[in-house]
Amino acid sequence: MIQIIAFAVLTIATFAIAAPKYLKIRRNILLGQDEETVVDKGLAIRNTILIALGQKKMFKRFIPAIFHLFIYVAFLFTQIELIEIFIDGFFGQHRFFSQALGGFYTVIISTIEILSLLAFVGTLVFLSRRNLIKVPRFHKPEMEGWPKLDGNIILYLELVLLIGITCMNGADQVLQGMGAEHYTDTGNFAVTSWLGPALFGGLSEGTLIGIERFGWWLHILTVFAFINYLPISKHLHIFLAFPNVYYARQTAAGKMVNMPEVEKEVRSMMDPDAAFDESAMEEELPIFGSSDVQQLSWKNIMDAYSCTECGRCTSVCPANQTGKKLSPRKILMDIRDRATEIGEKLDSGDKQYIAEDKRESGEDLSAINFNDGKNLFDYITREEIHACTTCNACVEACPILINPLDPILRLRRYEILTESAGPSDWTPMFTSVENSGSVWAISDDRDKWRDELLAKED
Amino acid sequence: MSEYAAEGKTPEVLFWVGCAGSYDARAQKVTVAFTKILNEADVKFAILGKEEACTGDPARRAGNEFVFQMSALQNIEVLNMYNVKKIVTTCPHCFNIIKNEYPELGGTYEVVHHTEFLQGLINDGRIKLKGGGEFAGKKITYHDSCYIGRANGIYDAPRSVLAGLDADLTEMQRAGSKGLCCGAGGAQMFKEDEPGDTSINVERAGEAIGTGAKVVVANCPFCITMLSDGMKAHNKEEDVMVYDLAEMVVNNM
Ligand code: SF4
Ligand code: SF4
Repeated sequence: MIQIIAFAVLTIATFAIAAPKYLKIRRNILLGQDEETVVDKGLAIRNTILIALGQKKMFKRFIPAIFHLFIYVAFLFTQIELIEIFIDGFFGQHRFFSQALGGFYTVIISTIEILSLLAFVGTLVFLSRRNLIKVPRFHKPEMEGWPKLDGNIILYLELVLLIGITCMNGADQVLQGMGAEHYTDTGNFAVTSWLGPALFGGLSEGTLIGIERFGWWLHILTVFAFINYLPISKHLHIFLAFPNVYYARQTAAGKMVNMPEVEKEVRSMMDPDAAFDESAMEEELPIFGSSDVQQLSWKNIMDAYSCTECGRCTSVCPANQTGKKLSPRKILMDIRDRATEIGEKLDSGDKQYIAEDKRESGEDLSAINFNDGKNLFDYITREEIHACTTCNACVEACPILINPLDPILRLRRYEILTESAGPSDWTPMFTSVENSGSVWAISDDRDKWRDELLAKED
Repeated sequence: MSEYAAEGKTPEVLFWVGCAGSYDARAQKVTVAFTKILNEADVKFAILGKEEACTGDPARRAGNEFVFQMSALQNIEVLNMYNVKKIVTTCPHCFNIIKNEYPELGGTYEVVHHTEFLQGLINDGRIKLKGGGEFAGKKITYHDSCYIGRANGIYDAPRSVLAGLDADLTEMQRAGSKGLCCGAGGAQMFKEDEPGDTSINVERAGEAIGTGAKVVVANCPFCITMLSDGMKAHNKEEDVMVYDLAEMVVNNM
């Protein structure tokens, strides 16, 4: 009975603490502008099945993909066991499914055990890859500090979870052999039927029950910790990867998002009949492009929260490979960190974050009147965004269809259109396109090459 | 184009020459090569000549939406005035922007890049490649431009054209969807690099040299400039030639 109460209290507490964290992330994502990204729902569903569930893009790099697959499939299957733990926990049962499923239960748990063993290997490989082999993409400047620790913490948690499962199932198997009360026969599990006796054989029934309970509690407590840890971790991708793939843009990778507000203005400039719109003049100068999270698309922010920090994008980025500061992964991490910062400041309700000119009105702090005097350029330098060749290698490389290029271009638009800044090298090109219709200011006729061609042939 | 229009005729296709193809001395050669192929294949084509303006790609990618919109809307007006249906271009940037970004501004055309167009001419038997021509048995390599490759997913057409030359195509390590950029896109062509260890074009030229190929085939005027400069940085401009696909074809039909 005490166990049931403890379990109920812990479960409720876990979800009560975790829920607001997830809601905050949702709120932060929705700080962005609306954008319809899905045109073809069928394609979106196919992508979600193949790329998110099926890990299709991971397999461009076979070895990490295999080990990741072990951990991932083990994770998916363990959910069955987790459901059982909840039922057992709330109703004081023991291995509830074993009675209902009979022999099939043995198969399921055996599968989970084999997958867990593979996940164990995967976890060790990943730990050594991060810490011993030093794969370059895990050791870029943006990975120092928390991101590095985060990458390791999750792998340690994974190990703790596996220890829990081993104790729980292993001791159970030995107890079954001893015919202990409550420990109904579940058949032989693939791994713990031999690992259990090897580890715990010969111990007294009381000790074994203790180990079994310890394993059970360790398992569920790790899961509870995990649920609360995810919202501050790159491992949020285990949830967000699915909607993120679903909502990925479906246009050709080379297509840039249009700016209808600029289109409209240029059209009215070009149309001599258009009545001069006085009201437009009186409005304050509009902001073009993005200097902060609120001017990005909501999808850019979801991309940022989904990012696994795997660095596949950065490792193929031509600018990064030739030693430039630009790292597409860092762009995503910066957007996420800035969104989180804005979210925290909004939650503080502190009136010092209200834009100065709106402070008088007595309104409460909100996303609309927010201004903390900072923006994304406090995170991302100009040097980074200028170095991008728009080559789409990062977009192509991302296993969960994140687009790092789009926010870079939005920042460039802000710099050029709103600040009238940007690399001065570009100014002659702009002037020339505008005035002579060519990227170079050349006074020759555009079809001069033809005259030469014809002259040669005569 | 205006001549066709005056005679009330419609050409089979409009050849969009682009800024580089019109003005850049190296790219002009590609323009000429491609026109020769078109004439050889008896393709009735037109150009806009003085009525063509920059598509606005570098301006848009640099962030200057105003300049882009002005250029694009003007071009669309001209194209629609002539009732253009089909466009072929030797520039991947022009191809991408007309194909993917002009439609929502009111300019919808069938747009083909010359790599695909050449493949079509060969498949339809309108041009015939001499197998065993000057490149037969020679080691060549192919550089995917970002705007044909990743941006639009065209990897096979140029390779299938090259296959007709009986050359020994050796791929670079970073090829196809993993191809390394030449360093020109995103308006990089028009500014100095940010500080780094090396330039992207030098890195890419080095990789091409590493295949042992004597010819690097590209499909983009900016890639050609970048790679040729990269060859110079390696002192290989005499040994490794950078050609456009059209130049490979024109000398071997
Ligand atoms: S598009 Fe830009 S950020 Fe992405 S890989 Fe290419 S150069 Fe790097
Ligand atoms: S953007 Fe994609 S490829 Fe880049 S680090 Fe994040 S998850 Fe990995």
